[in-house]
Order: sequence, then C-alpha cells, then structure tokens
Amino acid sequence: MPVDGPPTAGSVLTLVTIAGGQGFYGDTPTAVDALLDEGVDYLCLEALAELTLAILQKDRQRDETRGYARDLPAYLSRALPYVADGRTKIITNAGGINPAAATRAAAETARAMGIVGIKIATVLGDDVLTRLDTLHTGQSQTFAHLDTGQSFSTLPSPALFAAAYLGARPIVDALAQGADIVITGRVADASLFLAPLAYEHGWAWDDWDRLAAGILVGHLLECSGQSLGGNYSGDWWALPHPWDLPYPMARVEADGTAVICKPASSGGRVSTDTLRHQLLYEVHDPARYISPDVVADFASAHFDDLPGDQVRVSEVRGTPATDTYKLLLAYHAGWAGEVRVAFSWPDAYEKAKATAAILAKRVEMAGLDVAEWHIEYWGVDALGGPTVPRAADGMPRHEPPECVLRVAWRCDDQRTAGLVGRELVPLTLSAPPAGLTGAGGGGRGGATELLGIWPTLIDKRIVDDQVRVTIEEVR
Amino acid sequence: MARLQLRELCGYRAGDKGDVANVAIFADDDDTYALIAREVTAERVKAHFATMVRGRVDRYEAANVRALNFVMQGALGGGGPRTLRADNLGKTLGGALVRMDIEVPDSMADRRRPRPALGWADEILDRLPQT
Repeated sequence: MPVDGPPTAGSVLTLVTIAGGQGFYGDTPTAVDALLDEGVDYLCLEALAELTLAILQKDRQRDETRGYARDLPAYLSRALPYVADGRTKIITNAGGINPAAATRAAAETARAMGIVGIKIATVLGDDVLTRLDTLHTGQSQTFAHLDTGQSFSTLPSPALFAAAYLGARPIVDALAQGADIVITGRVADASLFLAPLAYEHGWAWDDWDRLAAGILVGHLLECSGQSLGGNYSGDWWALPHPWDLPYPMARVEADGTAVICKPASSGGRVSTDTLRHQLLYEVHDPARYISPDVVADFASAHFDDLPGDQVRVSEVRGTPATDTYKLLLAYHAGWAGEVRVAFSWPDAYEKAKATAAILAKRVEMAGLDVAEWHIEYWGVDALGGPTVPRAADGMPRHEPPECVLRVAWRCDDQRTAGLVGRELVPLTLSAPPAGLTGAGGGGRGGATELLGIWPTLIDKRIVDDQVRVTIEEVR
Repeated sequence: MARLQLRELCGYRAGDKGDVANVAIFADDDDTYALIAREVTAERVKAHFATMVRGRVDRYEAANVRALNFVMQGALGGGGPRTLRADNLGKTLGGALVRMDIEVPDSMADRRRPRPALGWADEILDRLPQT
C-alpha cells in the first residue's frame, strides 16, 4: 500500500460531516436512522473494544466463518439505501478478527435488499498471530508487556489472537479506490474517523495538527451516546429523552476545526461538559494520545459552546507518529464461575459472609483446586471496595437492609470451575437463614473461559508490508 | 478549613485499557480546579484505592478542560476478560474516587452539586402495571 505523500482528495467537500453510529458490538442500530436522515457523508461504526476481540476469538473457535461483529448486517440494512444513493459511505472495524467473513455478510445483506453495484473494501493485515514467533526471534520484536515490562517469554500460554492497531491509511487507500463501504479488522477506533477527513480534505500524513484534530474528533465520536450524555456524571437526570439518546456527529473543516453536534430535535445534550467526559475516557497522558497516525495533544484543544447543542473544537496540536503500532495479544487464563445469593435483614451482611466461608470450606473439603477467589458484598462495598469506609472492627458502618453475596473463582480447568458452584446447592436448606440463591442470574451459567490481555508494540514496517486492501463490487 | 467529599466539587468518568484504569475528574471553575490540583495528588489516590489498585498511580493534567486524569496500574484484577470482579471494566471507579474527602476553605464548605430530580422516572414507573 502507498504510505508516502498526501492522499488524493476524492471530492470538493469543504465541510465533511461524519457520524459515530456505533460505540460497541451490541450497540443499538436504531440510532443511526436519525444520523442518516440528518445527512452524513460518512457513517463510522466502531465495534471493537479490547474485550470484543476476546469475544470474537471465542466465536471463531466455535465456527471458523465467524469472528466478526455479527450485528453489522443490522446496521447495514438501515444504511445501505443511503449508500446506494451515493449520499453516505460507511467505515467500520466490524471485521474483528475475520474481516473477509464480515465482507461476505455485508455483500449478502446488500444483495438481499436488491442493492448491487456498490463497492466494498476489505482491509487485511492487522492479524499477525501466525508470524508472532518468527517476528520475535527473527526480527527482534521484544513484544514486552506494554504496562508491566514483562518479557514475552513469560506469556503464560500461547497467544489466541494478535491484532495490530492499524491507522487511517489503508482506509484512505480504499476510499481512493472508490469504496462505498470499508470493512477493517483492528483499526484504532479514532482512526476510522480520521480516514474520511484526511481523504476528503487531502491532509498530508505529516500534517500533524490536522491529523491530531481528526483523531480528537474521532475520539469524541467513537463511543456513540457517551459524548452526548451517556455515562455522564453531571445532571444526567435532566438530559432530554434519556431513553433515546442520539449518536454524535461532527462537521469538520479543512483546517481541522470541528463542530460537534447531534441530529435536530433529538434528545441528549452536546456541551463542553458532556464532551470533556468523553475526551479523557480511556486516555492516559492527554498531552500525548498515541494513535497510529499521530500523537495528539488533547490538552491543547479549545472548546467553545455554541447555541443549539453545538460545540466548536479547534486549535488541536499534534506531534509526529511513533514507529510502532500497538499490538494486542490474548491468552487463555483459566476458567471462572460465580454464584450470587441474596440475604435479608437482620444481619444480612453477617449471613453473607458466613455463607462465603462455608462455601469455601466445602470446596476445600471436596478437594477442588481454586487458584483465586473473589468475594463481593453487594449493598455494602462490592463496587467501592476499600474506598468505602468500614467501622474499626471491620464491619459495615451501617447495617444494610439487605445484602447480595457474590462469590467468583478461577480454576485451572473447566470441570473444576463448574464443580465449585455445586457446593452451594446444599446450602439452600443447610446454611444461614433466608438466603435466596441465583439473585441477579449468577450461578447458572457454569464455567466461563478467562482470557488474559497482553498489550505490546510492533514495528510498523513489519505490519505495513502485509496490509492489503481488496475491493469487491456487489453483483 | 473544612472537609468535603469530591462528589460535591467534581464530575468523573472512568475507563479501562487492559489492567490499567483511568479516572478523570472535572472541575467547573478555575478556583475549584486549583483546589483539586493541590489536594488530589497521585499519592492520595493510590492510598484511597488501597488494595483495589496494585500498581502505580500517575496523575496528568488537562487544564483546557479543568480535568485531572489518574492512571492506575493493576487496577482491574487482571483486566476485562480476565478479572473476577463484577465491574470488570472499572466503570464504577469514578464514583469510588469522588467518595474521597479533601480539605477545602471554609468559603467552599457548603458547596453541593445538585441531586437527581426524577419526576419523569416516577411518571413512567407509576403507570406500569404492577402487583
């Protein structure tokens, strides 16, 4: 793929409208209708969290034709009429760890709707799983853990997937080849949104301030409702139509100045306050937000509230991109199970604690090996942990009116993890009084597989050599 | 001087990357930002989370949006798909952080963020068929 020189601008748009139509695998597709009606040049669908790749990995283990976000057809069935009319293009990383399969599903969806003649691009090459060991030994990639510095040789079990976070370039390449829909695997979330801006405005790959502006806008749009009042810690109860939060859009000028907004007469809110919540979401150093395309300085941005739920974002600064891509590996990390039991007043907490101890003792007596226990008292401090003050004797400061015990455990093998939960069953009639098992649905699903995450870095040149864009016209 | 919980002064949001959690807190005016920048240090945050955060805590400032961002290593029991915690993605760590008490000047001792008003929720719930 071409990596040097500015992309060729494909049109004469002076203002490019992009929208975030999906924030995670499983998000609701209905919210894209208002965006499409409002009129967007590009609808970006961001389907991949770290956890999602793990879910897709399990999916592909069961069925080799899977491994992509299977809600893609639901989004496409709403958006394809706009694509067919030439009003909107779609960019998505719903390809997960099997982009080719996602493209097949997209083409089938189009054909089923009688839509032909559109071009679907597939971006391949983020998956480096089969090359990991060769790269480690042959090309001196250390693959040391990004956060802990641990050596790759200490990876507890073989990698199940290895996905490099690609940037905007292959998507721009696909758009330059006339793609109406671009389906990728692990492209960094914000880069999905930078791509159409760089393509339409003809931004050079060393125009760091513009690229940083595009990444910042992308970061604000990538989590759907979360920039318009979703997960908002301000006066969340006062947001219009909280049952139907819209998804965000941005009108972006050639100099990178953007106005973040939402479809007319929809609910939610766009303000500097709602946007700054999203600005720092999953961010480490705000002055150095490392994307594949640029290191963006989020602390440089100016936010100005405009009338009518609009915020202008300007003056974003950026510095040169790094020589590496983030690479995410996952490995098998054992099996987990959990049970939940609700206890009523009086002495609800004490009953819960005693039951946890009795369960642990019975598991020990049964000779079941548990590598790790985790005990939570819902209604006391399950979520706050040690940040919730307790009395000097270690008891809750106030007697809770009820308490749900949640016990989770990790075992090395699936069978043992399943057997541990069974030790709770006799406690129904032979334990502290008035326990209600299964509260909240825990304890019925059996053992689930745990996956460890190993973030690391990989030399960009090694990955770029393998990146391919293929274009298919739907017939 | 008086003591006040951060919930009365700040907004908050938490996010996850692997076993690293970040919590950002947001002040509404310059005086409050200066106050939290002085009081809410990385060391205090590390002590506040105690056994919940096994690794280092680093603090970053984003003065353009009056925010402090705390990056906490080893904060999620191994990370989203590995942890045994119910809150596997650390979404609630923002609320847990603003539980912290800090020293404030007497002039700020009565500061309160508004509490939820849920008339609209009552309206919806009251018309549900329930036994």
